Amino acid sequence: MRVNRWTVTLLAAFVALLTIAPLLWMVSVSFMARGEASQFPPPLLPDSPTLDNYRMLFGTFGVGRFLANSVLVSTLATVLALLFTVPAGYAFATLRFKGRDATFRLLVAALVVPGQIGMLPLFLELKAMGLVNSYAGALVPWLAGIFGIFLVRQYCLSIPDEMLEAARIDGASEGQILRRVVLPILTPIIVTLALFVFLSSWNDFMWPLIILADQQLYTLPVALAAMSREHVQDNELMMAGAVITTLPVLILFLALQRFYLSGLLTGSVKG
Amino acid sequence: MQLTRRQMAGALAALPLASLLGGCGARGGDGLTVWAMGNEAAHLPALLDTLKLPASMLKIRVQPLPWTAAHEKLLTGFAGGSLPAIGQVGNSWIAEMAAIGAITPVPVSAEHLLTDQFRAVVDTNRIAGKTWAVPWYVDTRLQFYRTDMFARAGYAAPPLVWSEWKATLHKVKALAGSGNYAVLLPLNEFEQLLTIALSAGARLLRDNGSRGAFSDPEFKAALAFYKSLFDEQLAPVASATQISNIWDEFAKGFFSIFTSGPWTIGDMKSRLAPTMQDKWGTAPNPGPEGIGSAAPGGSSLVVFAGTQSADAAWDVVSRLLAPSAQLSFHQLTGDLPARRSVWAAAGLAGDPIVAPFRVQLDRATALPKVPEWERIVTEMQIVAERMVRGEYTVDAAAKEIDRRADRLLEKRRWMLGKGQAL
Amino acid sequence: MTAVSRTREARAGLGMSAPALTAIVIFFVIPAVASLLLSFTDFDIYALADLSNLRFVGFQNYARLVENPLFWKAMGNTLWFVLLGVPFVVGLSLFAAMLVNSRWLKWRPVWRVALFAPYVTTLVATAVVWRYLLHTRYGLVNYLLSLFGIAPVDWLGDPHASLPAILIFVGWKTFGYNMIIFLAALQTVPRELEEAARIDGAGWWTRLRHVTSPAIAPTVLLVSVLTVAAMFQLFAEPYVMTQGGPAQSTVTILYFMYEEGFKWWNLGSGAAVAFLLFLCILAVTLVQLRLARKAV
Repeated sequence: MRVNRWTVTLLAAFVALLTIAPLLWMVSVSFMARGEASQFPPPLLPDSPTLDNYRMLFGTFGVGRFLANSVLVSTLATVLALLFTVPAGYAFATLRFKGRDATFRLLVAALVVPGQIGMLPLFLELKAMGLVNSYAGALVPWLAGIFGIFLVRQYCLSIPDEMLEAARIDGASEGQILRRVVLPILTPIIVTLALFVFLSSWNDFMWPLIILADQQLYTLPVALAAMSREHVQDNELMMAGAVITTLPVLILFLALQRFYLSGLLTGSVKG
Repeated sequence: MQLTRRQMAGALAALPLASLLGGCGARGGDGLTVWAMGNEAAHLPALLDTLKLPASMLKIRVQPLPWTAAHEKLLTGFAGGSLPAIGQVGNSWIAEMAAIGAITPVPVSAEHLLTDQFRAVVDTNRIAGKTWAVPWYVDTRLQFYRTDMFARAGYAAPPLVWSEWKATLHKVKALAGSGNYAVLLPLNEFEQLLTIALSAGARLLRDNGSRGAFSDPEFKAALAFYKSLFDEQLAPVASATQISNIWDEFAKGFFSIFTSGPWTIGDMKSRLAPTMQDKWGTAPNPGPEGIGSAAPGGSSLVVFAGTQSADAAWDVVSRLLAPSAQLSFHQLTGDLPARRSVWAAAGLAGDPIVAPFRVQLDRATALPKVPEWERIVTEMQIVAERMVRGEYTVDAAAKEIDRRADRLLEKRRWMLGKGQAL
Repeated sequence: MTAVSRTREARAGLGMSAPALTAIVIFFVIPAVASLLLSFTDFDIYALADLSNLRFVGFQNYARLVENPLFWKAMGNTLWFVLLGVPFVVGLSLFAAMLVNSRWLKWRPVWRVALFAPYVTTLVATAVVWRYLLHTRYGLVNYLLSLFGIAPVDWLGDPHASLPAILIFVGWKTFGYNMIIFLAALQTVPRELEEAARIDGAGWWTRLRHVTSPAIAPTVLLVSVLTVAAMFQLFAEPYVMTQGGPAQSTVTILYFMYEEGFKWWNLGSGAAVAFLLFLCILAVTLVQLRLARKAV
């Protein structure tokens, strides 16, 4: 019973096609005229492709604003998360200080606690700080990235101690060591972490839904969810909205998928 | 640790940036923002254009909210201090908004907007001696029925006395044939039972809205009447989701009468086949001894507390309520105008489909004005559904609804005791 | 190493971890602990307006949840999601992983990326897409079924079909992630071992049972734990696709928490739900880890 090698490849191709079919269909329908997709059998390709849906989204619905919000929030979330977690991850891996191991064990245990548990009090806390309905409120959870610390620490453990000691003997301060010696080594994991945070903050829904009340501040997923409740019957328009929302992250992932997949394995298998 | 410090400084530098980002909330800018829902939000910009507002006025920005998320958005907005200047608020939410201090009472300068309105609707917005919102458009629920079926049963319209109404329904059911019913009362919707209860004259809550009054004889009569419609197989034991397409079923004669609001008129015209168009009509609700009652619905305009430009906001509200604006509003949205004088101008009084709404609105009863009301009716319907399915007798169901209502109102009683509830 | 450099190192360590730890305490630890405290109060919309309307109520929120049928409905739904979803997602991802790991497969990276792609897409956007794919009359899914003579299913409107419908979407969205984890485990199975078994005449099924499955058993468990945790945290899917309906058939425990907390503003009761949710996830995780220890 030798399986023909082409059979396996064909099967994989079929499964892969089935998997990305919803995404292809999304793109195709987004170019259809209004109402064109609501037929039976459902058409696969637009009769005469049109950009009307996109024009309407950017014109009437002001999607450009939401796109800008999403880019801003995700970029800031990424930068802040890196600033907070990379030094911490490095410190937990290589620098000896009091309470380090106990603290780290607590952090690992805290990975089990779902973020949603503190959502209600966090809202009240941010209300007291005046950060409800602001970008800052949407960014706050990304500062407390335990997973990022864990990921960076895991990677830093492989840095040989001798390397750091040598730098210390050369008279470098700890900060200089981090910047000149460690950061270059960490580049792959930093790219991975940045990608993780950017994608997750871009795709995040529940927290921005709660914290952003003013439409001017909506990120794309929140705006899309609101629009899709109002315009259920506008199939083609919503597909164009879905394309705008998901295409940037899909492209980013395709460009950097190697970093993403390797980071995912470090994170999940060890954790 | 030179760089560590720099990194710290970087993180710290980000904080002022964060607070800067925090600063750009909803109240920024020099315009007035209006939160509006669904269809009204969609037509509001056009309506504002027709008003020809003077150039000196603040610029008005409309933010649409989906109906299904509007209530939570209003509360989140209040909780986060991000409410705009003006809002469209469903009439059943006014009590809640007033109780938490999210809205301001109608000032003397705008009180003239409350004349020329339906009494029960304005009454809905009166809490603790003050009026908190100006009704913008109105609706209520009454009966949509198959004129042809009732004609065959010997009636031009459904009778308005319960006993006679029910007798007619038996005739209609017999005409519709086996497997069909006469009336649709979806078990997951509280509106039908509520309409029957209001028609029976039930007061629903007692002691300043701090306890349920569901064991009153009026409410029990309503419960018994509601239950009998299922027991006598005049209504199918089903929830709305089990009726796949109510237009098809109505046309097929699965039921010949159902309760709904004015938004259904458009659906009836667009979804029923042309041959069905002369076979349906509307009629006021029946009551124990004559024409019944209903809950006044619709939306009002409010000015939120804490807005800096309250005067300008009330000015906008006044302009939106002017008779000419109400007329264009009706023409744009199809909503029924809150001001009675506009009904004549719009030709609504003579429309046989719409006219019964006016009759019903004149006989509407304001619902209890407590923030917990929506949860109480939800519980009421859960118990009523179980009663219909045989879990409770009428007396036991009434007692159970009272128990649940009293539990939901526990906090209100405590606050009334402290003198802190409206 | 000198004492001076020791203190210098310790100071640097504290300095570098302090910002992150501070943020974690302020934005994660304090809210999580506060959530437990909040669950013993009747914090509601009145208290939000004026804090003097706040009372300590002990276990009242929990007692009321226990007798709230909608809470049990949400719990039951979540349990169904777990019971049906875990085997479904594990089976799907294992199948995909074995396919991609097959030694005859050409252009492996291409298929791997294609199968993984749904995982990185924006949940809200693809939920909107699937809402249309599952449309009763015009949806592609029902069209495909019709080719096999299956009558249209009212996926999102029928209380019996809505939960499977959301599961299909969740499975599509997440199997790629688990596939990658399985792939890593499969790659630890020595090719020689498989080869040897094959030469011994072992069939596909025997090889799977005796060579592959022992190697990936711990991973199956890991993926199950991850999937259970994910099923407990379903929110955006029902929010966008069904809004909890029809007839509350897709209200999950997190959706219920959102409604209690941010729709009705019963923060006390919502916090109680959040805490129960946490206990559930913790319990499931502990049980599964324990089973793992026994099995290995």
